[in-house]
Amino acid sequence: MEIAVSIIAGLMILGALYAIHAKDLLSAVIACGIVGYGLVICFLLLQAPDLAIVQIVVETISLIIMVAVVLDSSREEHYSKPDAQGYVSAVTAIILIVVLFYFFKVASDSLDAFGTGTLRMAEHYIEGAAAKTGSANLVTGVLFDFRGYDTLGEATVLVTAVLGVLTILRIKGKK
Amino acid sequence: MKGMTLIVKKTAQLISGLIFLYGIYVIIHGHLTPGGGFAGGVILAGAFILQILASGSDFMKLTKEELGSTMYENLAILIAVFLSLSGLLFGAKVFFINWLPKGTPGELVSAGVMPLYNIFIGIEVAASILTIFLALVIFKEEISE
Repeated sequence: MEIAVSIIAGLMILGALYAIHAKDLLSAVIACGIVGYGLVICFLLLQAPDLAIVQIVVETISLIIMVAVVLDSSREEHYSKPDAQGYVSAVTAIILIVVLFYFFKVASDSLDAFGTGTLRMAEHYIEGAAAKTGSANLVTGVLFDFRGYDTLGEATVLVTAVLGVLTILRIKGKK
Repeated sequence: MKGMTLIVKKTAQLISGLIFLYGIYVIIHGHLTPGGGFAGGVILAGAFILQILASGSDFMKLTKEELGSTMYENLAILIAVFLSLSGLLFGAKVFFINWLPKGTPGELVSAGVMPLYNIFIGIEVAASILTIFLALVIFKEEISE
């Protein structure tokens, strides 16, 4: 299973790289879709159907909105030759990637192998969760009982985001 | 936004009802099967978005519809907040406590207040995503007028 996840992760990286370099913005958006749908397959392979459902639906709708935006624009990416500052930024980014990757490697050596071992907190959640929450689906039990504050915060963030979108996009209200 | 051809319109009319029912199923069975308020809410919004994409934006008097969706969104989050506050009134007087009787795990009516949270979060998510989509459609038409 690790091999399958690695192959899909490689495909996702290729899709992201293509999305950066594509000339046509529509193909760039669809290449972004490779990343999202690859993530769906990864979630299914790692036995997380709740996340997979949310990811596939949100990915589809955001892809529809992005395609609609691209079809209304010029569909071409403006290419400008990199100047001195661009080279400085590129070198900084590469150094940062190397440093981050090194520390990530050091940190991941001290962790358990992938898929084995649960955290102390998670063990407490898993033991007798159905009896504590009364919910057969453990994820919903965690979402609305153990981590109820988080869920309320998420919903509030969504409302705030909608208010922001309406405030920014409103033309008639400004006049 | 212009509508699409007759074939697409008819197919969207046939399918979107089924998508809507599936969204309701995912929300109501949120405490039993994978899914829940967030996933089901986005599916509900998808049913409306499919109709609007197929039939064009003059399909359901969009300016009024947008007002309605913002109202549902705000009411749903208000009710969710009141539900979490109701733990202070009943039971152990703790914020966010599950004070309703829990029932047998695995039955449709079980898990206390959890299905209610699922339903109202589902309405809230559906109305939010639909509002964002409608805002993009309506305000673009206002610019082009």
